[in-house]
Amino acid sequence: MADKTLTIPPPEQRDRVVIRFAGDSGDGMQLAGSRFTAASAAFGNDLVTFPNYPAEIRAPAGTLPGVSSFQVHIADWDILTAGDRPDVLVAMNPAALKANIEELRPGGLVLVNRDSFDERNLAKAGYESNPLEDGSLRGVHLLTAPMEELTKIAVKDTGVTGRAVLRSKNFFALGLISWMFNRPTEPVLDWIEAKFGDDPVGKANAEAFRAGFNFGITTEEFHHTYEIHPAKLTPGVYSNVTGNRALAWGLIAGAEAVERPLLLGSYPITPATSILEELARLKHFGISTVQAEDEIAAVGIALGASFAGHIGVTTTSGPGLALKSETISLAVMTELPLVIVDVQRAGPSTGLPTKVEQGDLGMALYGRHGEAPLPVIAAASPGDAFNAAIEAVRVAVKYMTPVILLSDGYIANSSEPWKVPDFDAIVETPAQFATEPNGPDGRFLPYLRDPDTLARPWAIPGTPGLEHRIGGLEKQDLTGNVSYDPENHQHMTALREAKIAQVADEITPITVAGNPDSELLVVSWGSTFGAVRAGRNNAEKLGFPAAHVHLRWLHPMPRDLGPILQRYNKILVPELNRGQLARLLRSDYLVATISLNKTQGIPFKAIEISDKIVELLKDPS
Amino acid sequence: MTDATTRYARADFQSDQEVRWCPGCGDYTILATLQNLLADLDIDREKHVFVSGIGCASRLPYYMNTYGVHSIHGRAPALATGIAVANPELTTWVITGDGDALSIGGNHLIHMLRRNINVNIVLFNNQIYGLTKGQYSPTSEVGKRTRTSPAGSIDRPFNPVSLALGAEASFVARAIDMDRNHTRMVLEAAVAHRGSAFIEVYQNCNVFNDKAFAALTGRPGRDENRITLEPGQPILFGPDHERGVIVGATGARVVDVAEVGIDAISVHDPANPDPSMAFALSRLSHGPYGPTPIGIFRDVMRDTYEERLHRQIDEAKAKRGPGTLADLVKAHGTWTIE
Repeated sequence: MADKTLTIPPPEQRDRVVIRFAGDSGDGMQLAGSRFTAASAAFGNDLVTFPNYPAEIRAPAGTLPGVSSFQVHIADWDILTAGDRPDVLVAMNPAALKANIEELRPGGLVLVNRDSFDERNLAKAGYESNPLEDGSLRGVHLLTAPMEELTKIAVKDTGVTGRAVLRSKNFFALGLISWMFNRPTEPVLDWIEAKFGDDPVGKANAEAFRAGFNFGITTEEFHHTYEIHPAKLTPGVYSNVTGNRALAWGLIAGAEAVERPLLLGSYPITPATSILEELARLKHFGISTVQAEDEIAAVGIALGASFAGHIGVTTTSGPGLALKSETISLAVMTELPLVIVDVQRAGPSTGLPTKVEQGDLGMALYGRHGEAPLPVIAAASPGDAFNAAIEAVRVAVKYMTPVILLSDGYIANSSEPWKVPDFDAIVETPAQFATEPNGPDGRFLPYLRDPDTLARPWAIPGTPGLEHRIGGLEKQDLTGNVSYDPENHQHMTALREAKIAQVADEITPITVAGNPDSELLVVSWGSTFGAVRAGRNNAEKLGFPAAHVHLRWLHPMPRDLGPILQRYNKILVPELNRGQLARLLRSDYLVATISLNKTQGIPFKAIEISDKIVELLKDPS
Repeated sequence: MTDATTRYARADFQSDQEVRWCPGCGDYTILATLQNLLADLDIDREKHVFVSGIGCASRLPYYMNTYGVHSIHGRAPALATGIAVANPELTTWVITGDGDALSIGGNHLIHMLRRNINVNIVLFNNQIYGLTKGQYSPTSEVGKRTRTSPAGSIDRPFNPVSLALGAEASFVARAIDMDRNHTRMVLEAAVAHRGSAFIEVYQNCNVFNDKAFAALTGRPGRDENRITLEPGQPILFGPDHERGVIVGATGARVVDVAEVGIDAISVHDPANPDPSMAFALSRLSHGPYGPTPIGIFRDVMRDTYEERLHRQIDEAKAKRGPGTLADLVKAHGTWTIE
């Protein structure tokens, strides 16, 4: 890339910036955003991303419902969220501008593809006059570039023709933004080469990218550039991972830790599908993936595999979890290991399939027939999904129980630099199969429990002398034979409950973050971790320091949660639902809670949390 | 498959649980036939896994001294798929009924057959819901009066053999509970078959649907209506083999041998890759009311799902080496912060 000439002023230093790439869902904004992210990660910034796209594959072009966006927050310090409001908006068409301009920070920078602001597109977006000309964008720093015109010129010798030409315009925008934020160009160009090889499309993308970058160099309007230094993160090796990818890798690590082969039974469902896709391509790990005919079959296949000695896993979202409910109850009754991953999305019903919500907590905890307790764990961030998956597998095997692992649409698609752990240091806890009869007279008692964990033995088909039958009918204690005895049913119900309660042994004691002596405790779970922690930190800067506990296990709860809750006058529970954790805390611990609920299909902003903290700590009551 | 040096007796396959079907139920005969067969097979007892759903038939695994899962309504094929994929060395069975397999579990059944999972599916068809005490099932005849169809059933029934053939099952057969020798022959062929083996067994429910199969089991019907399919043989039936079946372009039809001559009678070929002839035979009767074929309709070889899956896994390992997370993350892209 050309050197910057002396006429170009040095870049302005910023400690952080939030950039949102927005365009039509066919404009390649997710790709542009993720490539910008990869370049920033390689450069050493800390970052968090937030892709936001419609459920339709291609909503009508140029309309507001068709707008797809990718937000990335990059910083020279350790950040927690994808940013409340963008500082920079890249708008590829009028609809993208209209859908996002209100979110822009006052005085923020807008870069638009000028060529798309014709009468037709303006009308589709509902503009009566051209906002680039009518003064309505006063107050923002507006930069325009004829992206389509320049992309056409850039790709003309690449062999790409017709409608395909303009598909490279996202790379033009990416090139220009890369120039403005002093990103290295090699990561993008290397990626294009690796992805496309000799394909003319790759050449066109590379040319468009260079043209965008060079347009910045040669156009005085773009000579004000920005620089965000690398972050001072903990030394180590990092990778930029989405939550679904980290979760898939965590399942592999978990299966390796218990030394059992992994079998995934799954049916494609947004936003969980990419876990199935990731594991399907990793056959060389010895993983079996079965794309089932439906959600029910998917969990049944996983449970069957567990009976045969694999670690059976199924991945889904809310509607699928509902369908799997009966089989999960069977897993509770048969006491087999099973991991059910619910990547939550906004409901009820089909709801908002591509948007985030924490609406399935109640279903995970209670959504089964009969008394059917099971452990529930929730990932807090994309990187944390790796560890949460390992724990889920470990607990499922150790306690012979189904475990529900909750993630959500935000974690699934967002990414952050993930400090790659030392895989060799992951503690191995190999599963133990029964090999010998354990009862008197050489009989095998499939429901004779381990006195510590209350887990029953795992005796897999093919083991001579341990032939036994399990099933959905109530089991006689020890023998596992069908039993309709009233006392036995009460006894077994209590045993199943006690076994799951024992899982609390696995939970590390709670660390209260922030100011433990505050009168206000914020309790959160799942993907709201980043926003809540950042909001708490911001409130502290304003002089209102609250305490914060983030729950990883939702069932059983940490043993020390009760005493901690009792220490605070006020307990704030922010959730992306109507208060499902809050109700649990109130009923189980008899404490008053204050809910902050949001069901808009988008994550909390840190400022929403800090505003509430400030309000509660200002209020003397 | 039957081994002269048998290691087992029937008792080795009988669990210590009391069998609790109604006295006179056809299930007893099928259970005994299965236990006797398994005792004579050269397969270790611990390699057998019986998976069932819900219904009278689905209690069978409790009575087999093998591995077993009595699962939930309709889902046995899903669990069996997981078991067979996880461990292809096992001999996996699905024991099911007309309601379990064809109503609530219809989807899983057709997809198991389509994938050709190496499982033997034994469908006890009694044309009635027994465990819930006598409601019409997806194989009950039109007009059947039951507690839930007091004015007569208006549902057109499934023909299970046609359904299995339509789902492209690689092995499809029909047997009758009372005919132990024939049932045993069919089950033994099913075990020998690699892939999904679907066996419909006409099973008499003497409490809620007695004599549903009388046209094939009573006299004189049994001699007149039972068309026993034998590979490589002309399809003949009747007390003196005086009747036969011709499968032509317009389907199968019953003819008098004296009229058409023996050479005109179709020869049964279950190994025919084209399932059309087997399907035509399955259409001869839509229920056990007139001339009805029993035996093996179709028995063809094709890869099982689990063979293909494990081949892909082996090929991936051979090509890329056993996966490690460290390599995986490295290939995804990393950077180092000093």
